[in-house]
Amino acid sequence: MTKRLCIYGLAVAGLLASVAVPASAADTITVASWGGTYQDAETKAFFDPTAKELGITIKQDTTNGLDDVRLQVTGNAVKWDITELGADECARGSKEGLFEKLDYSVIDKSGINPKLVHDDWVGISYTSVVLIYRTDVFGDKGPKTWADFWDVEKFPGRRALSGSQATETLSVAALAKGLPIDKVYPVDIDGALQSVDKVKGHIDAWWTSGAQAMQLVKDGEVDMASIWNGRAGTLKKEGAPVSFSFDQGVLTADCMVIPKGSKNKDLAMKALAKFVSPDLQANLPLYVDNGPANEKAFETGKIPQERIKDINSSPGNVKKQVLQDPEFWRDTLVEATEKFNNLIQQ
Amino acid sequence: MSVGSASFDHAGKPDGVLNADALRADARRQALGLLALVSPGLFLVFAVIIVPIGWLFWLSLFDETGQLSFANYARFFEQASYIKTFVTTFKVAFVVTGASVLFGYPLAYMLSQLPRRAASICLIFVILPFWTSVLVRTYAWLVILQRKGLINNWLIDLGVIGQPLPLANNFTGVVIGMTHIMLPFLVLPLYASMKTIDVDCLRAGMNLGASPAATFRQIFFPLSLPGLASGVVIVFVLCLGFFVTPALMGGGKVIMWAMRMEQATSLYSNWGAGAALGVVLLAVTLALLGLFQRLLGARATGVWSRR
Repeated sequence: MTKRLCIYGLAVAGLLASVAVPASAADTITVASWGGTYQDAETKAFFDPTAKELGITIKQDTTNGLDDVRLQVTGNAVKWDITELGADECARGSKEGLFEKLDYSVIDKSGINPKLVHDDWVGISYTSVVLIYRTDVFGDKGPKTWADFWDVEKFPGRRALSGSQATETLSVAALAKGLPIDKVYPVDIDGALQSVDKVKGHIDAWWTSGAQAMQLVKDGEVDMASIWNGRAGTLKKEGAPVSFSFDQGVLTADCMVIPKGSKNKDLAMKALAKFVSPDLQANLPLYVDNGPANEKAFETGKIPQERIKDINSSPGNVKKQVLQDPEFWRDTLVEATEKFNNLIQQ
Repeated sequence: MSVGSASFDHAGKPDGVLNADALRADARRQALGLLALVSPGLFLVFAVIIVPIGWLFWLSLFDETGQLSFANYARFFEQASYIKTFVTTFKVAFVVTGASVLFGYPLAYMLSQLPRRAASICLIFVILPFWTSVLVRTYAWLVILQRKGLINNWLIDLGVIGQPLPLANNFTGVVIGMTHIMLPFLVLPLYASMKTIDVDCLRAGMNLGASPAATFRQIFFPLSLPGLASGVVIVFVLCLGFFVTPALMGGGKVIMWAMRMEQATSLYSNWGAGAALGVVLLAVTLALLGLFQRLLGARATGVWSRR
């Protein structure tokens, strides 16, 4: 009886082992991103095709950002091989030495904006901050520029701006002063703060999450707002009476890094090379509104022509927008954010 | 058995002394036994409360370069926004506690006076929201209170108001949302203490000619004070560390201490920035608890001795 059990046991173990072979630690990597629809899109665009091509398993996790990476690296408990971050977080983490160096003989950086190609981090996708307004309030004559948004006489109504993303709000504040898009960076922080100060009394809500921005606009709590293009696109698809464009948008990049101490560094490098390749980059806008970081993606022919004009990082739209400079904010973020927090609380 | 042999043992000591020795030894043994019994609990408290708090304090003493410094604390005085946040936190806590007492005391009183069955049904209505996620309840309030929410729509449709009332995304919204969440924390201890008030005391008062109002004022209310005090303390302390409701209902304009902690941990690359905020909140909360105990405890006991 015992012997028989043993044999069953062995058989089961063998079966499990044979199933588990492709997933052994040597060819498995763990990738962390922001979760939600965005990560679902990444799974279809980047992770699944890469896993298939390289014959590896890609496990997924979600991150809260740089704090998580810092915790893992400084605590010698690195569980991710690749993780996504906001570009200014990458710039800061790089300064703190939290990431492995990237090997650009494996990763082909052509087609990616040089501002997003660094020793230890590389751009992966773009989000835009855009101006959205309700068409049931303004018709199609709503505020089109940030100067309009700031003009409370000409465009009376309730307003919301981001309170949690000081960098983005300061960028649009600089645009509101009438600066041309190529003169916004380096941001004159004191000037931008003065600009925020001017509109501050007319801001009815400072949003702290994308979902909140969306809710404020959707429920008519505000008539105009700064909002991420993905959220704006969702509102429009849901049939909310809203209008937005990429004119004077602020392009913010997301990036990917290999946390220092990753156990599968080489494999992660190969996977990352796939993620940023034009072929897989071109998949991303098929599933989500975040545009590809590699502009060669638009040359692959995978993205339908009629879709290109709606993608924030298409060559035509990039020209209308300001690229948020991660290196600038790396050095000024803390001071600028504290001043900004101080200002909006008064 | 003679009286003498019962009073003296073989060593000739008086019986009482021997008994006292034995009792003392027994008490010591019992104390040790009890200590052994509570030691796992003590160890747990030490490991999950004392050690992390000590560590938090330790972390708060280091700046971004890892040098020992008071930079994390100095920031609170250098930047006006921290003081502002601190003041806002206390303002919210005071107003919410006040509102909770205003609504909670009559509610608890009503519950304590209802027949048993009716009381337990009503109690369910107090406890049910208590079991629902704070996030869900906060969003529900947002739907009710916002510019195009239920209340404003009704009032406008009824012609009561012309312009929507600013009920959400401001201080009012935070207070309404938080009061709803805090109410059970006040009502439950208060109800429990009201149930223990001896009805005979009230009857005696009435019997001696006191009006119902006087009976309530002079007998019931003082006797309910200990329960009220503990409810107030719980609500106030919970308010100080509250995050979700002010973050969602405050429209980014009502910034409380816990929200600054979250900001500080993501803004600064050292844990010390957030840790220092935590240490300050802990110290202030403990100081307040001490104060409460002196003030309310003394008052409650004072009432008892005056009686």
